[in-house]
Amino acid sequence: MEIDPFIFRLSIFILSIFIGYYVVWSVTPSLHTPLMSVTNAISSVIIVGAIIAGLAGNSENIFSISSTFGFLAISLASINIFGGFLVTHRMLAMYKKKKKDK
Amino acid sequence: MISENLSAIFYLISGVLFILALRGLSSPETSRQGNFFGIVGMVIAITVTFLSTGNFSSGFAYVLIFLLIGGLIGAFIAYKIPMTAMPELVAGFHSLVGLAAVFVAIAAFLNPEAFNLGSLGDIKLGSLIEMSIGAAVGAITFSGSVIAFLKLQGIMSGSPITFKGQHPLNALILISIVVVTYLLCSTQSSNFFWILLAISFLIGFLLIIPIGGADMPVVISMLNSYSGWAAAGIGFTLENTALIITGALVGSSGAILSYIMCKGMNRSFFNVILGGFGATEQSSSTGSKEQKPVKSGNAEDAAFLMKNASSVIIVPGYGMAVAQAQHALREMVDTLKKNDIKVSYAIHPVAGRMPGHMNVLLAEANVAYDEVFELEEINNDFANADVAFVIGANDVTNPAAKNDPQSPIYGMPVLDVEKCKSVLFVKRSLSPGYAGIDNSLFYKENTLMLFADAKKMTEEITKNL
Repeated sequence: MEIDPFIFRLSIFILSIFIGYYVVWSVTPSLHTPLMSVTNAISSVIIVGAIIAGLAGNSENIFSISSTFGFLAISLASINIFGGFLVTHRMLAMYKKKKKDK
Repeated sequence: MISENLSAIFYLISGVLFILALRGLSSPETSRQGNFFGIVGMVIAITVTFLSTGNFSSGFAYVLIFLLIGGLIGAFIAYKIPMTAMPELVAGFHSLVGLAAVFVAIAAFLNPEAFNLGSLGDIKLGSLIEMSIGAAVGAITFSGSVIAFLKLQGIMSGSPITFKGQHPLNALILISIVVVTYLLCSTQSSNFFWILLAISFLIGFLLIIPIGGADMPVVISMLNSYSGWAAAGIGFTLENTALIITGALVGSSGAILSYIMCKGMNRSFFNVILGGFGATEQSSSTGSKEQKPVKSGNAEDAAFLMKNASSVIIVPGYGMAVAQAQHALREMVDTLKKNDIKVSYAIHPVAGRMPGHMNVLLAEANVAYDEVFELEEINNDFANADVAFVIGANDVTNPAAKNDPQSPIYGMPVLDVEKCKSVLFVKRSLSPGYAGIDNSLFYKENTLMLFADAKKMTEEITKNL
């Protein structure tokens, strides 16, 4: 009997939870705010679903209900992607070490 | 058009890059590189999606237009937002992830063919369940984050909103979510899908309104976690590895942050979620109703104390963020350092309105991150320090957490500020902090209260140094 592909996805999911667990515990507490903004940005990879929905409309009816929701989701997710990565970058650029002068 | 297998590999690669993005945050030196990995992962995921659909004719231009609109708005916000508004921003971003998940679920429900999920009215059972979970969690994330945003922004009062029968009502709605999902899966009727979305929006709203302002660190982390689970649910529906990996990462990241925040307040997760904390806490403050003598001073006194100190520890809190005093504070510290006074910063895990809030503000004010210490790292140093300068913090310094079992915050880890030779408290008034508990530190012999706006007071002190 063949294994259902769902089981493979479930395996990836469970293992990723563990990876997330260990990786996040190693994040230094002073970077917890950038952690939140960057997780925000990467969870917007949901945009791939939105793009598929947006492209699914046929040429006569580009704005079908389904693809319209897709288009809207593209905008929402891209606000997050651009906003999230940029604001993270802005924050991380501020973390500086003590200058060795004086 | 590229093959399904090839695109799956690319999605896996972007998933791995996202893991590296989080890994980079283990130290400030590697963090910027980590952020770069995240961006590369995102670019790969988006490009592969375009290539795998291979449909560049009809909607492609519109996809780019909507992508650009969102991107411009996002970039604009990211450049304009002041660092003090970071909690609101993150809450706002969470709401967008939640809503995007809902929209993708709607799109997939209405046009399942596009996602290879069957046909309208005959969607594969597994996909339908996954879709329902993604949509419901997404909707909860959205409405919950909107409430969190409104509370943080001050549009909505930060005090908990409670009413009779709140918990039974919430429980009832949660049960009905499960029932409606079951009905949806057995009948495939779109009506149940809309009902599911409606009650999920409602429960997200109801879950967050009873939670008070200072519990926001937990709420934001929790919503962070939810946005991850929503993404993972959609990832299962779309059979997309990048989305599943990311959802799991974000979900566990938010869960860990919630745990850390709860531990920082010595409260259980459920205690926070059930809400109402800080609304009617009167019990322990009743004993101290009579006016006790308080020593209050002015900037000159504070400057004198600090000038004669050899080491000073700064304890910032939410009040510093409200007063935007971080730059003034750093100027004061610079002056102190010129006088060869050792200065370090002590950050309590729940200082501010989100995890790491104070660290970002200090970083913004050009404070080097190796002068900033966490509670465990610095708590023993208070005994050897001359002056503790508490600016905008209160409950996190309250000794009642250590010695008053009656206190609502008993058991919460606090900074041992009282062990310093003298304590300076910059505060607007004597009013108790968020938890509604009197702070015995105010009345101590070696405490000097500086009643003023945090920023003005800090500037005054600098002038007098």
